[in-house]
Amino acid sequence: MKLKLRIWRQKNAADKGRMVTYEVDDISEDASFLEMLDVLNERLAVEGEEPVAFDHDCREGICGMCSLVINGQPHGPERNTTTCQLHMRKFKDGETIDIEPWRAKAFPVVKDLVVDRGAFDKIIEAGGYISASTGTAPDAHATPVPKADADKAFVAAECIGCGACVAACPNGSAALFMSAKISHLGLLPQGQPERDDRVVNMVRTHDDLDFGGCTNTGECTVACPKGIPLEFIGRMNKDWLSASGK
Amino acid sequence: MTETPDLSEFYRSGAPIADAKAPNDLPVERRWTQRKFDVKLVNPANKRKKTVIVVGTGLAGGSAGATLGELGYKVIQFCFQDSPRRAHSIAAQGGINAAKNYRNDGDSVHRLFYDTVKGGDFRARESNVHRLAEVSTQIIDQCVAQGVPFAREYGGLLDNRSFGGAQVSRTFYARGQTGQQLLLGAYQALMRQVDAGNVELHPRHEMLDLIMHEGKARGVVVRNLVNGEIKSYTADVVVLATGGYGNVYFLSTNAMGSNVTAAWRAHKHGAYFANPCYTQIHPTCIPVSGDHQSKLTLMSESLRNDGRVWVPKQAGDARKAADIPEDERDYYLERIYPAFGNLVPRDIASRAAKNVCDEGRGVGPGGLGVYLDFSDAIERLGLKAVEAKYDNLFQMYERITGENPYEQPMRIYPAVHYTMGGLWVDYDLESTVPGLFVLGEANFSDHGANRLGASALMQGLADGYFVIPQTVGDYLARNPATSVPDETVQAAVDGVQAQVDKLLSIKGSRTVDSYHRELGHIMWEYCGMERTDEGLRKAIGLIRELRADFWKNVTVPGSGDDLNQSLEKAGRVADFLELGELMCVDALHRTESCGGHFRAESQDEDGEAKRDDENFSYAAAWEWTGGDVPVLHKEDLVFEYVKPSTRSYK
Amino acid sequence: MAIASIPSLYRSTVGKKAIMAVTGVLMVLWLIGHMVGNLKIFFGLEEFNGYAAWLRTLGAPALHEGWFLWVMRFGLLAAVVLHFSTAAELTVRAKRARPVKYQHRAKVNGSYAARTMRWGGVIILLFIVWHILDLTVGTVNPHGVHGEAYQNVVAGFAPDRWYITLFYVLAVVSLGFHLRHGLVSAVQTLGLKNPRQDKALNVIATGFAALITVGFLIVPISVTLGVVD
Repeated sequence: MKLKLRIWRQKNAADKGRMVTYEVDDISEDASFLEMLDVLNERLAVEGEEPVAFDHDCREGICGMCSLVINGQPHGPERNTTTCQLHMRKFKDGETIDIEPWRAKAFPVVKDLVVDRGAFDKIIEAGGYISASTGTAPDAHATPVPKADADKAFVAAECIGCGACVAACPNGSAALFMSAKISHLGLLPQGQPERDDRVVNMVRTHDDLDFGGCTNTGECTVACPKGIPLEFIGRMNKDWLSASGK
Repeated sequence: MTETPDLSEFYRSGAPIADAKAPNDLPVERRWTQRKFDVKLVNPANKRKKTVIVVGTGLAGGSAGATLGELGYKVIQFCFQDSPRRAHSIAAQGGINAAKNYRNDGDSVHRLFYDTVKGGDFRARESNVHRLAEVSTQIIDQCVAQGVPFAREYGGLLDNRSFGGAQVSRTFYARGQTGQQLLLGAYQALMRQVDAGNVELHPRHEMLDLIMHEGKARGVVVRNLVNGEIKSYTADVVVLATGGYGNVYFLSTNAMGSNVTAAWRAHKHGAYFANPCYTQIHPTCIPVSGDHQSKLTLMSESLRNDGRVWVPKQAGDARKAADIPEDERDYYLERIYPAFGNLVPRDIASRAAKNVCDEGRGVGPGGLGVYLDFSDAIERLGLKAVEAKYDNLFQMYERITGENPYEQPMRIYPAVHYTMGGLWVDYDLESTVPGLFVLGEANFSDHGANRLGASALMQGLADGYFVIPQTVGDYLARNPATSVPDETVQAAVDGVQAQVDKLLSIKGSRTVDSYHRELGHIMWEYCGMERTDEGLRKAIGLIRELRADFWKNVTVPGSGDDLNQSLEKAGRVADFLELGELMCVDALHRTESCGGHFRAESQDEDGEAKRDDENFSYAAAWEWTGGDVPVLHKEDLVFEYVKPSTRSYK
Repeated sequence: MAIASIPSLYRSTVGKKAIMAVTGVLMVLWLIGHMVGNLKIFFGLEEFNGYAAWLRTLGAPALHEGWFLWVMRFGLLAAVVLHFSTAAELTVRAKRARPVKYQHRAKVNGSYAARTMRWGGVIILLFIVWHILDLTVGTVNPHGVHGEAYQNVVAGFAPDRWYITLFYVLAVVSLGFHLRHGLVSAVQTLGLKNPRQDKALNVIATGFAALITVGFLIVPISVTLGVVD
């Protein structure tokens, strides 16, 4: 395949950044999107130019490190798929592909396509856990959990923290990310004691970090590589309203 | 057994080594309890004054950092990823073993201990393995308390499955994402400690050297990957939880960033590296599709519960799978191992696949693949049932290959997955460098020559949640703090700076990846599923040449003072180029076959691995000598409880 | 569900949306009443003007004439102001949350109704201003006589003033879209949405939005077409 790539290049956080056009050919249809970028980077390195920086690690769609807004869509055109699992057979020979970083104030660009998602860690830090110090746990069977709750908690827990929801949201909100963790823990009996504090503190931290507010546009769930449903945002809202009034 | 070849040009023999911490005079089931009682305790008021550095935030590092923080130590923790939640433990699919016996199917701590020692082909230390089996039950309790959403039954209790050839159902799981869920549990516990101010977290920092003072590990030198700053941190003790080194093969199921650098640089300061040649090749991965390939993807082992593995009987049969009639198919695992069939352990399934491909019967591009066929399962259980069990895996397969496994059989091939070798540690998980503790895949301790499925997660969490908090305390109580002189710290920083400058200044013509790929080819070819004396000698020569060329001819674009992924890779590949040679030396000296190490010279008439307990019942701990050949220190392995026997799965 | 404290409501993005949801629901309830009243125009001048007059006496004798109307107006005004100002704040916040725009504009993956809430809202607000000047105060109405609601409506939408009717149509259609998303959004914001009833909720929201749109449009269109005169 032959492709024209327009890629966001930005030296560092202070640089303004711009789209730069590259052409690649001889790309296998079986290559993944990131492998296609590897091929470009190998060439750039040989030519003495700096390769395009992009985040990636497991390349199995689970670590949440890869990002990239491809033709305006976080993680590209295929539903429920991370960029690293996206393959070139989904593109047409000769196509022009625009590649940009996640764009949000809370995710400042580090370099090229790499952004700093430390804000997500801060949200988790604010309460995205159950306080169960090592050694304090009762037997695992001490508290049965209804299967339906456990299954739903699992769906919420599938979030990989990649930030595509923020990248896709017209408001730059992290509501989907945040609500997934709040719902995961809030659906389990072990998560009840801290349920109110958790939602209040996480939402406050989210707002302080300059994420936008959710206006229920539904863009996030479409972009989410794990298909985390919007219902968790509703759940979070309910929890928040209930907790704030106590 | 052939005569022992002369290998003096590759290594020297040194004094034997032994674990001095486990109370070996006691019965194995009492050793950990006694050890916990024997440890010296740190006064709670003094814990704040003790600094612990933890490198890595996977299951072992994350759980260690969280627990040490809870205990009140001052923890400084690093990871090279942008968040602790990204560590590669997250990719583990299958599950985690624990001797809960919730199924009442005869499981027990002793059985898990027995299975693990046997599964490791009698090359692991009994004391350590028994402790692992003991704490396995607490791990499950701990994770459930943290909110890990394990699979449950309709009654609300935890579900279990049998995994990786185990005869009991002791594997706890969270669909195909057990590693993710366990890691997020540890990550959340860690972030709670960050919030409490007990853990100071530094993501996007890579450890590049160990700071030594008075013969003890006293700190690390790290590079801030965002701005290139090289900085030192000192502490009373250093804990490495930096994972395995499977990426020495270039293509593996490891994450792109997984590397040996932290462990290797510690090795150069005196931490022995044990059993480097023990690598686990996982049988069910998606085959390589072309030169562009950057990594391999594992398909969960659970697929072998229902899929049948086969190749055409006739070599060179190029027909499509559907066109090959039943009687011209060779279900070779079922044929050779009628008792276990498709569920034989990983090392055996992998080698069998290699053998049929070597006979020219492999399928797919390059003939490097075998079929994993679900058509019988679909017929027997119905499409719905198969979908319910495996749909996410099937979708992943289709996404990567463009082929639909409901309509045509999957193609699979073995790939490097896990490394059992690692830094040598004693019962306390302390390396041969005092004050340097090593956890998880980075150490060599529990899996011997072969790791059983669903045991890696168990080990990482056992080390981090339950072992290290006890043993680090003992070390701290016995080693009062002294200050590290500035010159010592500065010298370490200067050393790291010099290496960074050197890599940037070569400005040759070959990219880092091209060296890495070539090293990977050498390792896979000669130190992969089957190793020979001749091949390993050749590989050592090739690696030496490649390493020399690397330091003359590599090109690292960009500068050292901002995010530079080429530079990061260059440092890691430089270490792989040294480790690769040691792996080959280790493989060369171990003329027996055991677990993940198969020497072509050591097999029986049927081509099965032949272990040599008389000569090789030891762990090989290698000492770095600074450019001279490595020195071998043997730790004799004593089996009081699980008597070595030949593993037979026929 | 306990009621969240007012300051925390106002500070948080979740609370701001809750304010929008509650004020939105109040305005929708009022709209239903307004629409029912409008439809009385088809029963003739007397009934319509009588209804308008009755509105002024609502609550009597407990309330003085017109008091109820003023209480309602202030209530409505508060709802509009809160609804609009929180929306404006969330909009400003959204702009601030993404200082550098995408070069390749994303195509809309969610619903169009959702993506047009802000512009739609502004159009509706402008419309309300005109509408009050037209039919409440009467300044821009060609008849504009207090107490003669029927005549004001007939004059306002007279066939030769078709462009005014067109403006009403546009505004009311915007309102329809706004309600279509707004209703579902309010249910979601207040955490009352049950995913198993998603479909039903969507059908109800669409039906209700259509009903309101038609209910409000039928009067001016009938006048312009001469059905009512």
